[in-house]
Amino acid sequence: MKREIPLIITFVAGVAFVLQYFIPHYPFNRFNDIFSDWFAIVGAFAIWLGALSLIKLCLLNISKKSHDWPISLLMIISFLSIVIAGAIDGFHGLNTVPTTSFRDPGTNFDWLYQNIYTPLSSTMFAILAFFVASASYRAFRARNTAATLLLLSAFFVMIGRVPLGDYLSGWLPERMQFSQWANWLMAFPNTAGQRAVMIGIALGTVSTSLRIILGIERSHLEG
Amino acid sequence: MIALLRVAKFVVSLCSLLFIVSFLPGQSVYSQDTASSVNNLPPITVKAYDTENDAGSSITVEWSDPGYWRREGFNGYRLSRKNVASGIEDSLDVLPTGHVLHEDRSVSDDSSYTYTLAVLINGANLTSTSTEVVRSSKQWFDNRLTWVLILGLIICGAVIYFIESAKRGTKLFLRRIAGLEAIDEAVGRATEMGRPILFIAGIQDMDDVQTIAGLTILGSIARTVAEYDTKINMPVCTSLVMTAARETIKHAYVTAGRPDAYNDDMVRYVTNEQFGFVAAVDGIMVRERPAACFLLGAFFAESLIMAETGNSIGAIQVAGTAMPAQLPFFVAACDYTLIGEELFAASAYLSGEPRQLGSLKGADVGKAIAMIVILVGVIATTIASAWNSESMLWIENLLRQMFSTG
Repeated sequence: MKREIPLIITFVAGVAFVLQYFIPHYPFNRFNDIFSDWFAIVGAFAIWLGALSLIKLCLLNISKKSHDWPISLLMIISFLSIVIAGAIDGFHGLNTVPTTSFRDPGTNFDWLYQNIYTPLSSTMFAILAFFVASASYRAFRARNTAATLLLLSAFFVMIGRVPLGDYLSGWLPERMQFSQWANWLMAFPNTAGQRAVMIGIALGTVSTSLRIILGIERSHLEG
Repeated sequence: MIALLRVAKFVVSLCSLLFIVSFLPGQSVYSQDTASSVNNLPPITVKAYDTENDAGSSITVEWSDPGYWRREGFNGYRLSRKNVASGIEDSLDVLPTGHVLHEDRSVSDDSSYTYTLAVLINGANLTSTSTEVVRSSKQWFDNRLTWVLILGLIICGAVIYFIESAKRGTKLFLRRIAGLEAIDEAVGRATEMGRPILFIAGIQDMDDVQTIAGLTILGSIARTVAEYDTKINMPVCTSLVMTAARETIKHAYVTAGRPDAYNDDMVRYVTNEQFGFVAAVDGIMVRERPAACFLLGAFFAESLIMAETGNSIGAIQVAGTAMPAQLPFFVAACDYTLIGEELFAASAYLSGEPRQLGSLKGADVGKAIAMIVILVGVIATTIASAWNSESMLWIENLLRQMFSTG
């Protein structure tokens, strides 16, 4: 039964989702919202599983003094700081009139979020720019015909997207300027390629979904 | 060569057929526009009907304005509703120029209504006659999705047919997927180097089919890992994925006959925050220097950050996602990339189970339909615009209708 019950739930939920797409009548029109609510509730309870697992692992690293144990200590300090700040602000907010949330501007939680989390997060995102440069350098090396075509396409798209492109090709008729080349490359070869990938993805999704609904694919349920 | 000749023959036959059809008589799609005078206008006509393809409690009111909106002092339309049973009249919204349709969502399916429309011109209201009595109702099928249902049934039918066919023992050909062939090589390399392998199943939860596809591949990889006695490390960003991944790896270790080697800490939750997760994964990569990285699931802006970090530590990288915007990053930074459908095919490919392989063959029927429709659509649109052929225009419109859900 440990295996059959999840398979039955998967089948019923899968069929219900397919039906709700085609049937606007009640109760089918409510299925999507109901399942989303259930998923959010289960997910909210499961967060504790994750948090406890993380703390356990970090405590284990610290107690064993394993390699990089200070990082685990930093993780626990960060975790407790934000949880305690949020809890203090939350309880404090309950006693004010009108009640305030721990996420409101000016709270300790908000200070930690705005001054520590947001800059760190932005830093990680900013690193992307450097990685784009290094990945492009490798991808655009003209090693063979396909890579050369990629290099030329990238050159025309990039130069066509900046004012310098039209400045350099300004002496050409308007239809031949770099910006028009870039537009053509993006509108036709690029769109055609993207759509081919998307059709494949859609069919792959249908095929995978059917395998899961019919219980043929069950490796994610094994245990 | 023979296959190419067959394809060429098919294309030539299709073009000939479309050329012949283009000369068939068809309905005229153009009509002459008749301009009406602003003065001496006929009365405004209003009709109300139950809104189609909905869950009830909605009536659509539609009117045609012969030109009152062009009169000086025009202030808009005011719609009024009367409940037939109770006789209660409600004045609804005042709608400005350009509106010829209003969806009234404040009705009850248990009551009948009539509607009148007043044209507001300098305070003088020109009121239309009442519409016929109308009542809203719920529909059991969204008619706009008829073609989607038909195409869906054909594709699903093909998938089920090929699954059954494979169960009966029919041999199915599957092209080689380099990224999946490289899994054993990657795990073997990690074993030889005595380093762990890193598996990331994307940053979405279990309600994303890409995450499930990633976990199904994890099952196969974990079996190889268990057999080779290599270490697997899997940071995750949602608790549900953590639980599912632990079960998957545990089962793989049991299947490989090494349940004692399994440890829950192989899968560890990090954080739900996108860039917090990336920072943690990058840190793990740099500190633990895995010999192989598998990035299989749904990725967003973090894809290149992870892939480039993996590249910088010299790990062999296999990536796969169904996010078209992230695919170029993976192609640029990883050794092997599973593009779109290959991610979904991976589990069937690795398992080699006939029923799963049959489902891939079924999806190929969908691809064949897509190819034929694209070919016919391109030819029909080209002929229609070049020779103004009404038959070709009809084919073009039919195809648009088939693949539109609006």
